Amino acid sequence: MSDTTHSAGGHGGQASGHDDEGASRRDFLYLATAAVGAVGVVGAVWPFVSSMNPAADTLALSSIDVDLSPVQVGQSITVTWRGKPVFIRHRTAEEIAAARDVKVADLPDPQADDQRVKKAEWLILVGICTHLGCVPLGQKNTDPRGEFGGWFCPCHGSQYDTSGRIRKGPAPANLVVPPYAFLSDTQIRLG
Amino acid sequence: MAANYTNPIVRWIDSRLPVFTMMRHEYYDYQMPRNCNYLWSFGAFAAITLMIMIVTGIFLAMNYTDNTLLAFTSVERIMRDVNYGWLLRYIHMNGASMFFIVVYIHVFRGLYYGSYKSPREILWMLGVVILILMMATAFMGYVLPWGQMSFWGATVITNLFSAFPIIGDPIVTLLWGGFSIDNPTLNRFFALHYLLPFLILGVVVLHVAALHIVGSNNPYGIDMKGPQDGLPFHPYFTIKDGFALVLFFLVYACFVFFAPNYLGHADNYIPANPLVTPSHIVPEWYFLPFYAMLRAVPSKLGGVLTMFSSLLVLFVLPWLDTSKIRSAKFRPIYKQFFWFLVAACLVLGYAGSQPAEGIWLVVARVGAVYYFFHFLILLPLLGKLERPLPLPTSISEPVLKGSGPVPAGAHAKPMEKA
Ligand code: HEM
Ligand code: FES
Repeated sequence: MSDTTHSAGGHGGQASGHDDEGASRRDFLYLATAAVGAVGVVGAVWPFVSSMNPAADTLALSSIDVDLSPVQVGQSITVTWRGKPVFIRHRTAEEIAAARDVKVADLPDPQADDQRVKKAEWLILVGICTHLGCVPLGQKNTDPRGEFGGWFCPCHGSQYDTSGRIRKGPAPANLVVPPYAFLSDTQIRLG
Repeated sequence: MAANYTNPIVRWIDSRLPVFTMMRHEYYDYQMPRNCNYLWSFGAFAAITLMIMIVTGIFLAMNYTDNTLLAFTSVERIMRDVNYGWLLRYIHMNGASMFFIVVYIHVFRGLYYGSYKSPREILWMLGVVILILMMATAFMGYVLPWGQMSFWGATVITNLFSAFPIIGDPIVTLLWGGFSIDNPTLNRFFALHYLLPFLILGVVVLHVAALHIVGSNNPYGIDMKGPQDGLPFHPYFTIKDGFALVLFFLVYACFVFFAPNYLGHADNYIPANPLVTPSHIVPEWYFLPFYAMLRAVPSKLGGVLTMFSSLLVLFVLPWLDTSKIRSAKFRPIYKQFFWFLVAACLVLGYAGSQPAEGIWLVVARVGAVYYFFHFLILLPLLGKLERPLPLPTSISEPVLKGSGPVPAGAHAKPMEKA
C-alpha cells in the first residue's frame, strides 16, 4: 500500500519536481520563522539578563574623593569604593626602593613600579586578592605582610610586595590599581 | 480501570483524572526486588528531607528580610523572638546537612551496586542534576544570614568564575549585580534560594518516574525474572522505609536539639564585614572535598575546572564503567577500589577543612588524582580485566535456599515462608 502512494506522489517525474520546489519553499519558510523566533527570544531575554547587571544607582556611587593629608609616612588607610576596600599606603623611602629594586621580567605579572603609581610615595590599590577575592592583611603595622613587605592574603597564602605585585602564592595577577586622579597634592578622586 | 473503587467520589474523580490509580500503581503495587536492603531507604529519606526543607524554608521566609542592613538581625530575631523560630531555623540548617549525608549515601549506594548502568543511565543523570541543584541551593541559602562566613564564602565561590578568560569578569559582575557582593546579590540569592527547591522537586518527579519505568536495582544487580523475585511496595517497603525513617529522624533530632551548631561555623554569628576577611575560610562540610580539589591545583583556572569536572565526570560514568556486572558483590576487585574511592573522598574532605599548605596540600593532590584515576582510568580498564564471580540465576534463588524456581502460586502468601 505504501508502495502505491509513494510512486504516485514521490517518484512521478513531474510531480516530484513540483514537490521539491514546494519543499524548498517550505524549508525557507521554516528557517525564516525559526530565525525570527530566535531573534524574538533573544530580544525578550535581554532585559531580564540586563536587569541583573549593576543598576544606575550602583554605578552612580562609583567615584569618591579622599583627603590624604592625615596619612603619615609608613601609614596605610582603607577606604571603601564601589563596595570594595581600597588600600592607600604612604610608602616609606625604603619601601619605594624595595619596589623599584626588582628585575621586572622575573615577576609573575611583570610591571614596573612607576607604571603602578602616579606619585611614588602614594600607592593606591584595590584591596582584593586577585585569587579569589579575600582582603589581604598588611594595612596595620602589626599585620603579617609576607616575605616581600607588602600584603599577605590569609585565604590561600598569596604574597604581594610593596608595589602590590604578586610575588608568591596562587593569585595570578598584581593587586589592581583603581582609576584615580590627584585633585591637589593631598586630595585624590577615585573612579 | 477505576471500577474497583467503591467510594463514588473517588470513582468519579479517578475516571476523570486517574490520580488514585496512579498512586496505587506507583506506591502500592510497584514491584520492588525482594532482596533490597536498608540502603534502598535513602531515596525516601531524601524525598522527605526535601519536603521538610521546603516547609521550614517557607515559614522562615515569612520572618526573614533580604536586605544587607537587616538580614543578620532578622535571623537573630527569628532565633530569639519569633515563636519556635529557633526550631524552624535549626531544622532547616541541620536539614541541609542531613540532606547531603543522605544523598551522598544514596549516590555511593548507586556506585556500589552499579545502579547507574543500563538501563538506568537517565535515572542516574537526573540524580546528578539534582545533586548539582542541591549544591547551588545550599550555597545560596548559606549567604542569607549575612554573617562573615556567608559573605566571604560567597565572595570566594563567585570569584571562581573570574578564572575564565574574557567572559569571567563580566559573569562575576552579572552574578553580583554590582562591584562586590552587596545588597543586589543578597536579593537575587534569596529569590533563587526560594525557587531552586521547587525545581529540584520537579527533577525528583522525573527521577522517580524514570525509576518506575526501568524498575529498582537490588543488591545482586540482576534483573527480576518474575513475580517470585519481587514484593509489592505496600506494605513491605512502606513499613521498611517507615521504620528506617524513624531511625533517621532520631539522628536528625539529635543534631537539631543537642548540637544544632556542631556542623556550622562560629564565624557566621559575626555580622558580615566587607573589609575584614576571617583568617580561615571554610565552606560547609558537604563542600569540603570539592574545595580541597579546587585548592589542590596550583593554577586558578585549573583548580576551578578540576572542581567542576569532579561532578561532571558523574554524568558520563555509565559509559566509563565497561563492566557488564552491576553489583560490586560479584566484582571482587572493584569492590576494594570502591572503598578506596570512599576513603579518597573522606580524606579530601578532611584536607579541605585544613589550611592549604604543607602536608595537607600534598594530601589533597593525591586525593584529587586518585578520584579522577578511579573514574577515568580504573573503571574503563577494570571492566575488561576483572573476572567477576558467578551471578545467582535469580533473586529468589539464594533467598529461598536453592529450592529452585518457586511455583507462581507460592507468591500469593509470601509471609508464610518465614
Ligand atoms: C533530592 C535528592 C534525591 C531524591 C529525593 C531521590 C529520590 C529517590 C528515590 C525515592 C529513589 C527510589 C528509592 C531508592 O532506590 O533508594 C531513588 C532512586 C535512585 N536514585 Fe535518587 N534521589 C535523589 C538524588 C539522587 C542523586 C544525587 C543520585 C545520583 C547521582 C541518585 C541516583 C539514584 C539512582 C541510580 C536510583 C535508582 C537506584 C536503584 O534502584 O538502585 N539520586 N531516588
Ligand atoms: S583569595 Fe587570596 S590567596 Fe586565595
